[in-house]
Amino acid sequence: MNGFFDLPSDLQYGYLGLVGLHLREGLIPVLAGLLIALPVAQLCVRFRWVYPPVLGLTTVLYSIPSLAFFVVLIDYFGQSETTVMVPLAIYSLVVLVPAIVDGVRSVPQDTLAAARAMGFGPVRRYLQVQLPIAVPAIIAGLRVATVSSLSLVSVGMLIGNQGALGNMLYSATTYNRPALAVNSVLTTAVLGVLADALLVLVRRLLTPWMPPTKGAAR
Amino acid sequence: MNVLHFAQAFFSDGSHWHGRDGIPTRLSEHVKYSLEALLFAAAVGLPVGLVTGHYGRGGNALALIATAGRALPSFGLLVLMFIWIGFGMVPVMIPLVVLAVPPILVTTYEAVRSVDPSPVDAARGMGMPESRVLLQVELPVALPLVLSGLRTAAIQIVSTATIAAYVSLGGLGRYIIDGLYQRDYEKVVGGAGLVAGLALATLVVFWAAARLAVSPGVRRSG
Amino acid sequence: MIRIDSVTKRYPDGTVAVDRLSLDIPDRAITVLVGPSGCGKTTTLRMINRMVEPSEGSILLDGRDIRQQPVNTLRRSMGYVIQNAGLFQHRTILDNIATVPRLLGWSKQKARDRAAELMARVGLDTSLAKRYPYQLSGGQQQRVGVARALAADPPVLLMDEPFSAVDPVVRKGLQDELLRIQDELGKTIVFVTHDIDEAVKLGTMVAVLRTGGRLAQFAPPAELLSAPADSFVEDFLGADRGIRRLSFFSAGSLELQTAPVVSVDADAATLAARAEAAPYLLVTDSDGRPLGWSEPDGLTAGAVDRDRLLDHGRPFAPATDSLRAALDGAVLSPTGWAVAVDGEGRVVGVVSQQVIGEAIRAAHTRVARDSAVKAAR
Repeated sequence: MNGFFDLPSDLQYGYLGLVGLHLREGLIPVLAGLLIALPVAQLCVRFRWVYPPVLGLTTVLYSIPSLAFFVVLIDYFGQSETTVMVPLAIYSLVVLVPAIVDGVRSVPQDTLAAARAMGFGPVRRYLQVQLPIAVPAIIAGLRVATVSSLSLVSVGMLIGNQGALGNMLYSATTYNRPALAVNSVLTTAVLGVLADALLVLVRRLLTPWMPPTKGAAR
Repeated sequence: MNVLHFAQAFFSDGSHWHGRDGIPTRLSEHVKYSLEALLFAAAVGLPVGLVTGHYGRGGNALALIATAGRALPSFGLLVLMFIWIGFGMVPVMIPLVVLAVPPILVTTYEAVRSVDPSPVDAARGMGMPESRVLLQVELPVALPLVLSGLRTAAIQIVSTATIAAYVSLGGLGRYIIDGLYQRDYEKVVGGAGLVAGLALATLVVFWAAARLAVSPGVRRSG
Repeated sequence: MIRIDSVTKRYPDGTVAVDRLSLDIPDRAITVLVGPSGCGKTTTLRMINRMVEPSEGSILLDGRDIRQQPVNTLRRSMGYVIQNAGLFQHRTILDNIATVPRLLGWSKQKARDRAAELMARVGLDTSLAKRYPYQLSGGQQQRVGVARALAADPPVLLMDEPFSAVDPVVRKGLQDELLRIQDELGKTIVFVTHDIDEAVKLGTMVAVLRTGGRLAQFAPPAELLSAPADSFVEDFLGADRGIRRLSFFSAGSLELQTAPVVSVDADAATLAARAEAAPYLLVTDSDGRPLGWSEPDGLTAGAVDRDRLLDHGRPFAPATDSLRAALDGAVLSPTGWAVAVDGEGRVVGVVSQQVIGEAIRAAHTRVARDSAVKAAR
């Protein structure tokens, strides 16, 4: 395909530059989401009554279209990367909190009782027993959050070309070069799939005690 | 909170309640797009998920399809389809269906696969044909999870159907896109509020559907 | 009759679950397949309703190869009960039981009427009809499983470890219930268990399978206990097979003594006379129910101190119990004498360990003579 990687100069970045930008805009929010989700999830595990309202609130946040989020945030952060990343962080949070809560809760009561009986304090028990056993569930959540986040960055194009690889879509329509749109979609998808594969690898490394193939679709 | 202020201004403006660009029109357009996309996605995801789950095979292939489906950017797909196909419903339906199939497919597969094997064994042992085993033994028990997959898909569709406005179609996205270009935050906030409200309504619909369709024997023992 | 004719089941990975097994399963009787895990007992059972297809050999039902009819027709003609009952949690108890009749095309009303009838038959209160499985105890769920298997009145009943997931007390109840139902219905039952006690209690015939799916012995339980075919069967029966075998001899022939039995109201003369009869006297209340043992010197007419009596152990009923119960009663009694009671719990006599021992020897001699006669024929 002619000019597949030959990007118009008004994009301000080369292909790899856009990939780097896309990764930054897509992954930082997931990391931020994880850092907030861990304590929030722990709170939900500790105080059961917190969970249902948190779940309700996150569902509402999740249903707000990304574009609307972006536009409203322009007021606060201008047409900037931050404006794109804040909603993505919130979406990640929404995916991660239930994943972590369910993961931590799925730790068998017997295991916890055994840990208590061996003299683990609450902090040690959380860090050394509950969290490691919840790793598969947390990673499953991270996979969904990461892939969605990377795919949503593109929408940022609509607010002053803050969509990294998504910005190619604008050029594709303006210069009538469909190849650019194909490039944008495929590159974004490939980044998502690669990030997903990487997380699967991380899970294998972190949980050598899990049977290697469970044949599960998640 | 200026967000609330914008919302209030939007909804109290009488001109937003009727006409070609009125809330009832846009809302019904949005519901129509969303329902169509959900039906298409369910028509693909449900049968495939049910059958693969029943035979317990193809989990890895499904995982791959699901990841690929999630990784494809809806917005990019929309623009691409618009360039290729031109104005119409098809360019909008494709990204929405691609978005909605993975949760339906994966959840349905998992739901059927995780059904307790002993009633299934008993059903076969009593001479129940495979199709009945799937539809009358596995599906009723898997139903809560299957519905939750459909619910996730529906909410994602409702929220994402706003992008239809970018290719000059209607729906609640009109307010958001127009508001963006006109720097009319009232419209953006109003549109976002309507989408969120529609998503909540979707939740309620699915909750009611689960109350009606799921057997009390499954609901309380699950 | 179900004839299993040199059947082998080999899995693609090379494991042999059942190895050239031949069995003639008699009609209207309970045949138990028993053995350690991995002996192929469940595989054998599942081959009878074609849940598993044999690699070699054939299975005949009343002389006809089971592969000659459509698989689902075959399965609907055989009741199937599994370990955790496998009830459909989304259906009411009544609709669970009505499953096979509905599959056979009965009308809903007829199927439900039949289901209600079966609930009564397996000892379930009909008030449970509209409940869902999660509202029932494990034992009740298993009864529903049996009722469901019986619903279309199949001549054959396949039961795969049906009672092994319930606690021992409930299990005993279910076993007794099964025997009672079998007395009424006379089904051809194939029953799989890993519990040899259950096999001996329920089986008309018992097939002991060894690991690797080979038949070790196929015999009535009494014969199994008296003449295990080899050391594997002997080990599998356990160390106390001699005691267990006593379950098959009635206690009815025991010679009971009444002299050592005195009522709590007995006068001094009676007490003095009975003191000669035995080293210990069994004191009963005025209705004849046992209170406890005492040495004759410890008894004063009209002023028996009930608290000082020795425990009388567990009484047995000669009419219904076996020599095992009698021996158990004697062993548990501090005096070495067992107490025999009638159906109402009134003492009909007492018997010493020595007398029971003689009865056991006599029973063994009788069996040996019978089997010698059988062998000679």
